[in-house]
Amino acid sequence: MRWSFWWVWCAMGAMCAAGPASAGPARIEDSLAQRLAACTTCHGKEGRAAPDGYHPRIAGKPAGYLYNQLRHFQDGRRRYGAMVALVDPLPDAYLQEIAAYFAALDLPYAAPLAAREDAATLARGRVLALQGDPSRQLPACRACHGAALTGQLPATPGLLGLPRDYLVGQLGAWVNGQRKALAPDCMATIAKRLSGSDVTAVAAWLASQPVPADSHAAPATREPPPMACASVPKRQP
Amino acid sequence: MKRWLLALLLLTPLLAGLTLWLDGEQPLQDAAAPSPTPELIARGRGLALAGNCAACHTARGGEPYAGGRAIATPFGTVYAGNLTPDADTGLGRWTAAHFWRALHHGQGFDGRRLVPAFPYTEFTRITRADSDALFAWLRTLPAVRQANRAHELRWPYSTPLALAGWRLAFFRAGEFQPDPAQTPEWNRGAYLVGGPGHCVACHGGRNALGATADAGFGGGLMPTRDGYAPAFTRAGEASVAAWTEADIVALLKTGASPRGRADFRTTGPMAEVVMRSTQHWPESDLRAVAVFLKSLPQQPDPVPEPLREPALVAQRVQQGSGLYADHCAACHGEAGEGGQLPDGTWAAPPLAGNRLVTQEPAANLVRSIALGGFGAATEARPRPFGMPPFAHVLSEEQMAAVATYLRRSWGAQASPVQPLDVARWRGSNAD
Repeated sequence: MRWSFWWVWCAMGAMCAAGPASAGPARIEDSLAQRLAACTTCHGKEGRAAPDGYHPRIAGKPAGYLYNQLRHFQDGRRRYGAMVALVDPLPDAYLQEIAAYFAALDLPYAAPLAAREDAATLARGRVLALQGDPSRQLPACRACHGAALTGQLPATPGLLGLPRDYLVGQLGAWVNGQRKALAPDCMATIAKRLSGSDVTAVAAWLASQPVPADSHAAPATREPPPMACASVPKRQP
Repeated sequence: MKRWLLALLLLTPLLAGLTLWLDGEQPLQDAAAPSPTPELIARGRGLALAGNCAACHTARGGEPYAGGRAIATPFGTVYAGNLTPDADTGLGRWTAAHFWRALHHGQGFDGRRLVPAFPYTEFTRITRADSDALFAWLRTLPAVRQANRAHELRWPYSTPLALAGWRLAFFRAGEFQPDPAQTPEWNRGAYLVGGPGHCVACHGGRNALGATADAGFGGGLMPTRDGYAPAFTRAGEASVAAWTEADIVALLKTGASPRGRADFRTTGPMAEVVMRSTQHWPESDLRAVAVFLKSLPQQPDPVPEPLREPALVAQRVQQGSGLYADHCAACHGEAGEGGQLPDGTWAAPPLAGNRLVTQEPAANLVRSIALGGFGAATEARPRPFGMPPFAHVLSEEQMAAVATYLRRSWGAQASPVQPLDVARWRGSNAD
């Protein structure tokens, strides 16, 4: 009886002897998280933004928005060498899968950093975000980015939970043409109507706002956007 | 003294005139243009894929083959032309004879000399029949009205005289001549590699004036892309002399070729070539290329030089070892054995014994660490695993340490990498 298990002991002994001497190839699970490790070194663990205050969160953004951005990098409408080099060789179906993967991640947001700007600047930013400035044909951010500024399906991103430097950088890029979308490029039109102090104010206010408990993007609406916009697909009537 | 000066003053325009005359316009060779049958057009499309014409002639986000893409060279920026059949801005007024002259003699519609960034130094080997097929296919593209942008070459490279002199020195027109001592398959491979595929444009290296003439396949740094195109003639670089034909075909078809305990990958510009070009080639053509590449004469790998500062290198290896354990080992294995999925396919290639790690110069290793990348996404591997870029995570000194550790571990004795090498090769975010 005791001896009938001799082979078990032998096998275990052999495994222990072989174990530490040669670990062998690393075991890697076949998951999108592993396939997309290239994204998360910069965009943070699970795409929840990096601590460097620049690389934005991608987790939970609308899939349509993320997919559009990947295509913009491929087609030269957005420019950032590291992103371009990564997405350049990827086929469309994979880009859609990547966008859907990060869009579906439902992760908590960190509390916003305290704003460095004065109260007047923040108040101005708040007005621009929530009411806009009709005298300058500036729609409010919330007119397109969701009433709670958490985005609107299918392709408009939320504006909360993003680093201030990233927001300033992107608005600046819209103004000087470094960042584009397909025409009609509504965001480029709006950004060019903003002054430098508008950009500072609205970015500072947005970055200082906590993300509401329901951080999900608002459902798609039948309301037409305040101006023609290729990023908002027309709904069939 | 005065007499010399006078002679020089007289001789210079004479020589210049002679150069321009010797490199004069070639007559158009009209031939009975074949009728554009579906077979001819399909063949032309295959040739466009083989030559990867779109890589240069399609701008980022632009209309296919409408040109406009900027190509940086050490002599200035050139802009690829519009190949669509638009009458005013593309090839609309061209005939098959014009097109053949462009490929074969490097001369444009009006006989103007073309800049050799357009690789007519290789395309001159393309047969007239293939040229006609390619042209017939280009005629089927939708015409795009997009004017060509003038090149921005620095003086004196911008002058007709410089181009004429360059062509006299480095360009000989000549269709591919099959070697009767070789098999038809070998000759097909030699034609594809030397003509439409223009592999030598990168893998042959270029001289100081940017010429690939008589380059062979000894490898070379790509002057403006900061990468290294490895030699087909050295076992330690990209030689496939010891590979099976099936392994070579797999690499060009899928972008990866697992061979025993190694997983060969194409990276950087070659991954693009696999994705946009070679994965679409017929298997018979890939096999022909394999036969030809296997037959190339081989050279011994260089003997590693003794270390100049062994203590400093040992310190860098030590530092690199810690960084490797922290950042790399989870995917590439504790001792560079690579990383495998549960079914045994490679997700992360082994680094022990990896030629990309040890080849000289270490440009591609540095670029892999700094920029990461997904490698080639192909029909066979449509969802590749991505290597993260580490340029944001590691300093140049740290990247040099990791690279040096890899190049001095697990039996490797390649030269150490300095932080300055990293600065030179890491690439930039400027695109």
